[in-house]
Amino acid sequence: MNEVIKSILSAQFFYSVLRVTTPVLFAALGALLSDVAGVINIALEGLMLMSAFWGVMVSAWTGSAWIGLLAGVTSAVLLSLALAYFHLNLKTDLILAGIALNMFASGSTVFLLYLFSGDKGSSSSVKSYVLPNVDIPGIKNIPILGDILSGHHVLTYIAFLSVFVVQYLIYKTPLGLRMRAVGENPNAAQSVGISVKRIKYTSLVLSGLMAGLGGAFLSMGYVSWFARDMTNGRGFIGLAAQALGGKSAYGSMWGALLFGAAEATSYTLQAIRIPSEFTNMLPFIFTIIALIIYARAKIMQIKKIREKQTSHEEVGL
Amino acid sequence: MRRDRIIFETVRTTLTILIALLIGYVILLFATDKANEAFKWFLLGPLSTKRRIVELLNRTTPLIFTGLAVSVVFQAEIFNIGAEGQLFFGAVAATFAALYFPHIKFLQIILVMLFAMAAGGAWAAVPAYMKAKWNASELVSSLMMNYVAFFFGLYLVNYHMRDVNAGALVSYRFPRTAWLPRMLRRYNLHPGILIAIGFALLVWFFLYRTKYGYELRMVGKNKEFARFSGIKVENVVIYSQIISGMIAGLAGAIELMGLYKRFVWQMTPGYGFDGIIVALLARNNPLMVIPAALFISYLRTGSYVMGRMTGIAPEIVVMLQAIMILLITAEAFLAFWKRRMIEKSAMSREE
Repeated sequence: MNEVIKSILSAQFFYSVLRVTTPVLFAALGALLSDVAGVINIALEGLMLMSAFWGVMVSAWTGSAWIGLLAGVTSAVLLSLALAYFHLNLKTDLILAGIALNMFASGSTVFLLYLFSGDKGSSSSVKSYVLPNVDIPGIKNIPILGDILSGHHVLTYIAFLSVFVVQYLIYKTPLGLRMRAVGENPNAAQSVGISVKRIKYTSLVLSGLMAGLGGAFLSMGYVSWFARDMTNGRGFIGLAAQALGGKSAYGSMWGALLFGAAEATSYTLQAIRIPSEFTNMLPFIFTIIALIIYARAKIMQIKKIREKQTSHEEVGL
Repeated sequence: MRRDRIIFETVRTTLTILIALLIGYVILLFATDKANEAFKWFLLGPLSTKRRIVELLNRTTPLIFTGLAVSVVFQAEIFNIGAEGQLFFGAVAATFAALYFPHIKFLQIILVMLFAMAAGGAWAAVPAYMKAKWNASELVSSLMMNYVAFFFGLYLVNYHMRDVNAGALVSYRFPRTAWLPRMLRRYNLHPGILIAIGFALLVWFFLYRTKYGYELRMVGKNKEFARFSGIKVENVVIYSQIISGMIAGLAGAIELMGLYKRFVWQMTPGYGFDGIIVALLARNNPLMVIPAALFISYLRTGSYVMGRMTGIAPEIVVMLQAIMILLITAEAFLAFWKRRMIEKSAMSREE
């Protein structure tokens, strides 16, 4: 047990927390961007998977990791547009459409993987490229802090920068204001001349962009290959992380970090021979417990407000 | 009016299926130069030999169960999509019961089934309770429970029930007292499909002929109205999900006792998510679940036959299922035609 505590307090552990948080953070920001406009994006899981696949394939074909990234993100955005089209134009139930797109991503990536590489499990036979890690000058040389913060994958930095960008976008720009208006009350937004459909399209595209970056990180950084269903629930965890964080990007970030910590802990536990099947389920159990705590807190809050209201009324009488 | 709706839904479903098949054909054209041959195996493969017909029927069984499980919660307008995990955990429980419960002929089969149902029901009860008590989204929690079921189940099987001499990651073989009997001498057709059809009738009776079923449907139609008319909505939210979980858990037990005689999955088999498309095709009607499951099983079997004969990945069928879900639930798809039909019938009534 001492060993576990020691390794959890090491710089290496915090480094790995940031690393495993990255894809979940992208997914959580994606969930946030659609949620503020009142759209639940269940398809995040599939969008990430799509991007992870095309990132690997296109980088192998072109020999450039950056073009791979672009292709991956584009594929996720296109699939997100498909979700928007089905939901907003063809009036498909949002959740079922999301489930369908997850199925589509899972099926099509395996189908195409087999077609392109002759392997159904992973793309290990395909020579693909990964995006670089980046050292931050200055911070790099600070003893412990440097070990934690420097030398991360470029998308890890983009993920944490995106937190501020997304927060700014939602709360300080006209587009963000419109997105929130549509999410809050679509009819009111419509009545002041905002095109609800267009705003929802925009927010789903932005959401797809985030999911695309998260997916590309998985196959072009976290590991250097694509494996079938490699997202492994991270899109859903991102959704839960955002639910815990409410409508703020900072909240989503803390939510994502919570799961990052749970996942990093599970790897530490594996090192002391606790079965991986057992540790793998920890982040999910963690999510469920967090959901319960969050839902309970929310109910208490509502109760309190109601009590206050009734006591005010009594005073008024 | 009712007849119009049935005609409309039938046409829409048929058209959806045709469009999906067409897209499948186009994908094959891009994927292989033997597209015609591959497509022929896909469409006719399931009926080409007796063995494949048996395969088709056996594969229908879990799909009827998961289709029923999903129908029950969907009728209550609850998005518990945890059938996958409930089935998986039910199968793990069944493995435990098959190995460690007393090996008594016939009785053990019943006990294994009951134990698997209890496990599936318990698994579904977690998101159900969270929803009823704290209003936590059953969608996210049931998804999380799928992953927990998968990893926890694998842990139990791989560390406590694994047959180290088997050469693969599988459990010990079940005792013969926990095998479902064969219905044919030469082929392994197990009676699961009969049990599944029996359950379809049972679920239909429950939904349309009992008070609890009526309450469940009312909650699905209009929650607030149901509450005001004295239905305890929270109870309905809980028991509908538990019933659904029990059915899914039973599917896991029957699959193992009928087909494999041991626990064999290192990946989740996907029947839970297939149950969603079955329920959608059947419009959540338990009796229609039977043909819908047969149809999806036909597509699946066709894709496997195609895969074996031509080397095309059978996962293509997963894409087609996704397209079908999108089109069937797209309300605006063919809406213009529906409107015209309503107008026409209104006009004829006026005359």
